[in-house]
Amino acid sequence: MATEKLEKIASQVRRDIVRMVSAAGSGHPGGSMSTTDILTALYFEVMDHNPATWTRAGKGQDQFILSAGHLAPVYYSILSRAGYFPVSELGTLRKLGSRLQGHPSVRRNLPGVTQASGSLGQGVSVAAGLALAKKLDGDKHCVYVLCGDGESEEGQIWEGAEFATHHSLGNLIGITDWNGQQIDGPVESVSGGGDLQLKWQAFGWNTVTADGHDMEAIVTAFGKAKELGKKTHRPTMILFKTDMGHGVDFMAGTHKWHGKAPSAQQCEAALAQLEETLGDY
Amino acid sequence: MKKYIDTGKKDTRSGFGEGLLRAGRADERVVALTADLKGSLKMDAFAAEFPERFIQCGIAEANMVGAAAGLAIAGKVPFIGSFAEFVTGRVYDQLRQEVAYGNTNVKIASSHAGITLGEDGATHQTMEDIALMRALPGMAVVNPCDYNQTVQATLAAAKYEGPVYLRFGRPSVPNFTDPEEPFQIGKAYVMNEGKDATVFCCGHLVWEALKAAEALEAEGVGVEVVNVATIKPLDEETVLSSARKTGKVLVAEEHNRAGGLGETIASVLAEKQPTKVVFMNGGDRFGQTGTPAELMALYGLDAAHIVETVKSML
Repeated sequence: MATEKLEKIASQVRRDIVRMVSAAGSGHPGGSMSTTDILTALYFEVMDHNPATWTRAGKGQDQFILSAGHLAPVYYSILSRAGYFPVSELGTLRKLGSRLQGHPSVRRNLPGVTQASGSLGQGVSVAAGLALAKKLDGDKHCVYVLCGDGESEEGQIWEGAEFATHHSLGNLIGITDWNGQQIDGPVESVSGGGDLQLKWQAFGWNTVTADGHDMEAIVTAFGKAKELGKKTHRPTMILFKTDMGHGVDFMAGTHKWHGKAPSAQQCEAALAQLEETLGDY
Repeated sequence: MKKYIDTGKKDTRSGFGEGLLRAGRADERVVALTADLKGSLKMDAFAAEFPERFIQCGIAEANMVGAAAGLAIAGKVPFIGSFAEFVTGRVYDQLRQEVAYGNTNVKIASSHAGITLGEDGATHQTMEDIALMRALPGMAVVNPCDYNQTVQATLAAAKYEGPVYLRFGRPSVPNFTDPEEPFQIGKAYVMNEGKDATVFCCGHLVWEALKAAEALEAEGVGVEVVNVATIKPLDEETVLSSARKTGKVLVAEEHNRAGGLGETIASVLAEKQPTKVVFMNGGDRFGQTGTPAELMALYGLDAAHIVETVKSML
C-alpha cells in the first residue's frame, strides 16, 4: 500500500480515537495517538492476516498482542477499519454491554482480539507462548507485541525477554512505543532510567530504531526486524521514537493526555487538525 | 466398613508426573512448563520422552503463566508446574488476567502444598492457595488424596476444557484408591458410609479420616467419609445428602480456615440446608519447620484429632 494511503488511514484512526474517548468521557488517547502510525502500518501493510478467517489460535496468520491494554482506542479503531467488526460499533466504547470494553477482553467475541490485557507487563510472555507454539507447529508466521516504554518498568517484561531469547524465538517481534511519557510524568522522572535499547540488547534481542511517525521508516523497520529474526533466530525489538498525543498540537508531547478525555470543545478543536479520510463512524 | 489397603507409600507429586506422561502420550497437544523445578514436579519422564514439548522457563513464574496462556490460545494444553505458593500467590494477577479472565486452557500443577512440605518452613508452605484459586471465576479447583487418584486427576485435567488448579503434595503418603478408577472433576467421592457423622475432607486428610472412621467404628460410631477432591465446582448434591443423613458435619483440610474446603461447604449448607459445621484446618496461621507428621499433629490435622473431634460432636 502506498505511503500516502497509509497516512490517510492513520488520520482517520486518530479522528476515531479522539471522538471515541471524548464520547466515552474517559480513556487513553495519548498513547493511542503515538502508536497510530505504527499500528496502521502493521495492520494495513506488514502483517499477513485475514479478518474473515481470523481465530484466536491464529494458525497460518501473523498474530498481534497488545500488551499495553489501555491503548484500546487505537486498537479498536484499527481492527474495525481493517474489517474485523463494523466501524459503527466504535461509538460503544466503554458503554455497558459493549464488546469494546475499557481494556480488551476475549469474553465478548470481539473479532481480532487474541488475548485480554490491561494489567501491564504481561504481553511479551503471551506473545512468546504464541511464537513458541508456531515454532512447534512449523508455522512460519510472526507474532508481534506492543509495549509502552513506561510499561517496560514491569519486571515480567524482562522475564519474557529472557525466555524468548532462550527459546530462540526469531518469529517474535516486539514494538516499543518510545514516547517518553507515562501517567505521572516523563519516564525518566518516574523510574525508567538507563538506555532502553541497550537493555533489550543485553537480554539477547536484536534491536531496530525508527521514527514512529514516518510511515516509510516504520514499514522499513518492520522489514528489517523480520529479516533479522530469520537470520539470527533471536527475537527483535523495534523501538519507535514517538510523541504522545501525536497529530493534535495541544495534545502532543505531554503525559497530560495519557488518560484524559477531550471535552466536546477540545474534541472539535482536535478534529479540525485531523483530516476525515474514510468517513467518521 | 469398606477396607482400604495402603499398597505402599508414594508421593502425590509422583502421581502427577505419571499422569502427565500418560496425558502426553494420549494427546500431543499436552506441553509441560516449569520454573526450574522439573525434578521436584516429577516432570523428568515427560521431558525425556517429549523434549520438544517440555518447556523450561527458569525462575520466572510470571512469564511462565503468560507463555502458557499463549500456548493455550494456540491450541496446546499446557501444564505449568511449581511449588503451590509460586504458582498461586506469586502470580495471582497473571493467573487472573491471562488464565481466568483470558479463558485459556491452562492447567496449574501445584506441588508441595500445605504444611506437609515440611522442613523448608512457612515461606514455602502455602495454606492459602485454595482460597485464592476458588475466587477466580471459572477456575476448577482439585485436590486428590493419593498417588493413584492424582494420576487419574491429572488425566482428567488434561481432558477438561478450561483452567484447572491441581493441588498435590511433597511427602510419601498411603496409596489406597483404585488405580483404574477414572477421576471426575466436580464429583465428591463417598469413601465410607456412616450414619452418625460426616467428615468432608480432601488431599492428605482423606486417609486420616478413613483411619479415624475405622477407630470409631470399633466404638460403634458410624462415620461417613466424603473425599471432596473437587472443591470447585462443588458436588453440592453429595454434600447436602450426606449432611442431611448424619446432621453432624466436620470438614478437615490442610489449608487456612479462610476460603478453604470448610468455608466452601459451610456456605452451601448455610444457604440450602442450615447445619452446624465443625472446622478442622490450619486456622489463621502460617506454617513452620518440622517433619510433615510432626506438623500435622501440631496443627491438629491427623486421625487422632478427627476421632477426638467427632466424639465431641456426638
